[in-house]
Amino acid sequence: MSDTVIRNHEPNYLEYQGRYKGIFAWIFSTDHKRIGLLYLYSMLVLFSIAAILGLLMKIELIAPGKTIMDAQTYNSFFTLHGITMIFLIVVPGLPAVFGNFFLPLMIGAKDVAFPKLNLLSWWIYILGAAVALSAQFFGDGPPDTGWTFYAPYSFRTGTNMLPAVTGAFILGFSSIATGINFIVTMHRMRAPGMTWMKMPLFPWALYGTSWIQVLATPIVGVTLLMIVLERTMQIGFFDPALGGDPILYQHLFWIYSHPAVYIMILPAMGVISEIIPTFARKTIFGYKAIVVSTLAIAFVGYFVWGHHMFTSGMSGTALYTFSILTFLVAIPSAIKIFNWVATLHKASIDIQTPFLWALCFLFVFMIGGLSGMVLGALSANVHLHDTAFVVAHFHFIVFGGTGYAFFGALHYWYPKMFGRMYDKGWANIGLAVFFTGFNTLYLPMFYLGMIGMPRRYYDYVEEFHGPNIVSSFGAMLMIAGLVIIITNLVRSARKGEIAEADPWKGKTLEWTVASPPTLENFAEIPVVTKLPYDYE
Amino acid sequence: MEKEQHTHIVKYKTYVIVLIALLFMTFASVAITSINLGPYTVAGALLLASIKCVLVLLIFMHLKFDNKFYGIMVASVFILLASVIFITFLDYLYR
Ligand code: HEM
Ligand SMILES: [Cu+2]
Repeated sequence: MSDTVIRNHEPNYLEYQGRYKGIFAWIFSTDHKRIGLLYLYSMLVLFSIAAILGLLMKIELIAPGKTIMDAQTYNSFFTLHGITMIFLIVVPGLPAVFGNFFLPLMIGAKDVAFPKLNLLSWWIYILGAAVALSAQFFGDGPPDTGWTFYAPYSFRTGTNMLPAVTGAFILGFSSIATGINFIVTMHRMRAPGMTWMKMPLFPWALYGTSWIQVLATPIVGVTLLMIVLERTMQIGFFDPALGGDPILYQHLFWIYSHPAVYIMILPAMGVISEIIPTFARKTIFGYKAIVVSTLAIAFVGYFVWGHHMFTSGMSGTALYTFSILTFLVAIPSAIKIFNWVATLHKASIDIQTPFLWALCFLFVFMIGGLSGMVLGALSANVHLHDTAFVVAHFHFIVFGGTGYAFFGALHYWYPKMFGRMYDKGWANIGLAVFFTGFNTLYLPMFYLGMIGMPRRYYDYVEEFHGPNIVSSFGAMLMIAGLVIIITNLVRSARKGEIAEADPWKGKTLEWTVASPPTLENFAEIPVVTKLPYDYE
Repeated sequence: MEKEQHTHIVKYKTYVIVLIALLFMTFASVAITSINLGPYTVAGALLLASIKCVLVLLIFMHLKFDNKFYGIMVASVFILLASVIFITFLDYLYR
């Protein structure tokens, strides 16, 4: 970079001195990059807690009977684990951290459209998290309904439901505000020359995601509010004893929560679409197909929620419809897989840590997706619903999809975010341990589900013992991998080698600015003339 | 947003007519509950509510005079929600 010297005169966003000092320079900053890091740190803390809960559950399941905790504790653990992982980490995760940090950089803007609203989103996020987690400490004991809050149990249980539900309700506003912010940013603030069809694919993925955030989140907000009203005022929405319909709850919950899984996975696909062309040194195969399939997933994803309810007693017509629609939504996802693989074809690949994460993503995402097809078939679903198979499926998809993309993104953009490079050797070792542990943990759960082990129990019959030992061992291995990965990243933020502006030879706009970027990102707004992955 | 927006001043008369139409439909949606339409009660209520909503969007919120693109956005959202409600009723009507 010839003009690095000139850029060095301006402080980067980490050193920049604004109106406030110390921690206030962060928690009151409207800089999209600092807000992205605020989310990153909040989520790392929450993720560590929830991952430890997961590990404790797996230790409980290492042998039949009570091992380290009783049934009620196990129930509250999987509830807290699920609420934290879903509502606090994977749903907001990629947009809040990497969307905030990189959307403006990638479209050539100085910030998002509404920087103050952006900061408010983070505050609402923290408020929602605090309210949801307070359920653990006050009232009549931690919630035990699972993250799905299914009626009628959720208003009959004696545990402390209201804070958990209210917290999830508050979090919705954070999600909606971020969605609106990103949509407006993309409509209004793309650099001159960057037409829609020249926009990189991560922003495109965020665009689809944002629309889901804006349109689907209010539904879960209203639904959770209905639980609150039902619990406090005995209004009969869902309780049959009061004339309500418990299946209505499931409809309303999944009308949000299925699109929400696309809130989780679309940005993950966007990340993979950035990493692959960079390390393949090739333009992405079928840019337009990826854009169209992104929008198609966002749209069709609204119509398949009933596949979570196949055994609930819905009408036959609804069953067939949801099953067919579920199979349809797999098509655009498969299109993307083919596009990524085709991009790798005859490429001169530079094998680096982020690329390895992307490859592992392809592997686990495919297993997750295909097991979803198994679950989408009506007959198979009757057998597999609410078994360990489902738990394996969504961990392969959610953890294997969004989780891997999150770590992939972190390793890809790390030099840009912190201006330093992590230790690549340790990063690869961490990934290898983590990947081995991950598969050892979750693959046996497919088998356990098929032979009939139900989910959400702290105990099981002797027949299930063998695979459970393997799985619990995998959990420990995976946690060890996570510790290596995170330690390496945390340590390198201060001690790592200084990174150049474009260490991976990426072509998108974020690589044209200094690492770390200055407060205003671009000294001069760039004019875009080329396609985003122009390697030819 | 668009510069020529201020040229589209809606006449008071139009506002009053829309207001009366909205009030009329509010009473109608209350009145309709006294007739037992079975499962179509919901359809009736939603239809009236949607018409009211469209009137408010077009006239009071000036969607009619705004960039066409916003109209398309709002229409897609309507179609989306309508489809979701329709699919939900594939369960309720045939259960
Ligand atoms: C980090 C290590 C992890 C371990 C050891 C782990 C393990 C577990 C276990 C044992 C269960 C309960 C199974 C049962 O119901 O009996 C569970 C449930 C669940 N996990 Fe994880 N998990 C981990 C990470 C994640 C991640 C990253 C996510 C989200 C992206 C996640 C999301 C969930 C969800 C949504 C549930 C279901 C809660 C429910 O409905 O009961 N987990 N996990
Ligand atoms: Cu689903």
